[in-house]
Amino acid sequence: MSRQKSQRIAFAILTILAVIVVVPIVLVVAYIVVQGIGAINWEFLTTFPHHGMKEGGILPAIVGTVVLTFGTAIVSIPIAVGAAIYLAEYARDTWLTRAIRLAIINLAGIPSVVYGLFGLGLFVLSLRLGTSIVAGSLTLGLMTLPVVISTAEEALLAVPQRFRVVSRSLGATRWQTVRQLVLPNALPGILTGIILGLERAAGETAPILFTAAAFYLPQLPRSPLDQTMALPYHLYVISTQVPGMPLQVQYGTALVLLILVLSMNVVATMIRSRFRRRRQW
Amino acid sequence: MNALKPRQREFFVEALIRVAGFSAILFVVLIFIFLVKEGAPAFWETSLTNLFGQRWYPNEGLFGTTPLILGSLLVTGGAVVIALPLGLATAVFIRELAPNWLREILKPLIEVLAGIPSVVLGFLGMVAVAPLVRQTLNVPTGLTAFTGSLMLAYMSLPTIISVAEDAIDAVPSTYRDGALALGATHWQTIWRVILPAARSGVIIAVMLGIGRAIGETMAVMMVTGNAARIPREWNALFLPVRTMTATIAAEMGEVAQGSTHYHVLFAVGILLFLVTFLINAVASAVIIKGGARRGGRLMG
Repeated sequence: MSRQKSQRIAFAILTILAVIVVVPIVLVVAYIVVQGIGAINWEFLTTFPHHGMKEGGILPAIVGTVVLTFGTAIVSIPIAVGAAIYLAEYARDTWLTRAIRLAIINLAGIPSVVYGLFGLGLFVLSLRLGTSIVAGSLTLGLMTLPVVISTAEEALLAVPQRFRVVSRSLGATRWQTVRQLVLPNALPGILTGIILGLERAAGETAPILFTAAAFYLPQLPRSPLDQTMALPYHLYVISTQVPGMPLQVQYGTALVLLILVLSMNVVATMIRSRFRRRRQW
Repeated sequence: MNALKPRQREFFVEALIRVAGFSAILFVVLIFIFLVKEGAPAFWETSLTNLFGQRWYPNEGLFGTTPLILGSLLVTGGAVVIALPLGLATAVFIRELAPNWLREILKPLIEVLAGIPSVVLGFLGMVAVAPLVRQTLNVPTGLTAFTGSLMLAYMSLPTIISVAEDAIDAVPSTYRDGALALGATHWQTIWRVILPAARSGVIIAVMLGIGRAIGETMAVMMVTGNAARIPREWNALFLPVRTMTATIAAEMGEVAQGSTHYHVLFAVGILLFLVTFLINAVASAVIIKGGARRGGRLMG
């Protein structure tokens, strides 16, 4: 077989395999949109479920996911941004820094259900927070740390070194340099990381299974110590635990969750690309 | 804070930043401590022969984790076999074959896949993929280990593709130029020069893919049929199984706190923690040795 011929065959195979990867992604999204769009109307988004959740809307699940996502942000942003600043601006290359990096990589690898176990053991039981929004937010917040830390650190490291050199040579302290110069320039990148982390948190089910999620609640949560319904858990419940559930309601719920999560993804991508076009260095 | 002098305030802020920096270590240790605290009693409340036995019937006091461990291995193994050629080929396609405009479409699409919540994929797996599997393979139920492997393969693809892409990207362009100048075709250059040079990165991609797959919970729980049985037949891949993650997720909600069952589920959590810890530690050691990349890029 000639070399040109074997190249043609190899490239054809590569192309086919790439198509096998990409086409199902488009199909999955398109299929959920087509099947679910019919279920979505004003009532579906703004009312409580009734008749054993087979009718009505998914308002409490939407509200619950939004509340949990905010809680996650409160827990995760200060710690993650602080850690990123430490790694990018303060840490020297010592064994301790390497241990921190190893810890972050491992935090990223811990299965989400193990985060759920940890949240149950520490927040729900030992700290007596019970199954609550606080416990769920703390669990999800920990889970999102590695994603936010690593994207924020990259954003900080992307700020040119000469900015720091000039600032310090003009007599600014290290913190003044970080605060006035590095952070503002890295902000879009940090924001992208935060949104990507929250996107993951919003779609997760396993970490909130034992820490926050309720099967059904007749009212919206009133305090951070209340349980809450949540979109991903609600989808799990109505597709596995409720017999005779209308398929369209299931697809509708899946679509709402997908729109919520993917729109966060789009926002993150937009911030990133706008920033890339605008930056002057 | 405003009452403090600037110098004191700065000292205070920098102390907080330092604490945040070290917190990652604290959290890993804390997670491990709590898993052990809740999981260790399993080892004296029930015998080791029971724990590593072949039967998982918690209601009868049988806590044999062998079927769960083998179930996880089977599903994960199947996923890697599917995902490795697909992921590697796609990474090569994106880096070497695709024109710029196509690359600009493919990259965000793969990010979309990474963003789809696992419960949505699990739901779709149940209502759309499982019936397809049942009809195509003519098996009694579509909720099989294979269906789980299929879902997991796609879920680990974004990780595998992005790490493999980075690895290909990191191969010095002099290698490629040299091969092409010697008269090798583009494909020969890819196959004989670029892929071998990117080998360690590809290994990392596979390992992280495995780590991602073995810890996946919701999608696997929803499509694998949840039968805690030992896969010993030749066609076990096309029968229902149950993984470690699915067992924890499905049963933890119903057990009494402090019961043996509760402790055993935490013990399974310890095993998952250790396995993923090991995979990630080894992968990051390879990266640090290679020195080509920073740790952060791993998380995709």
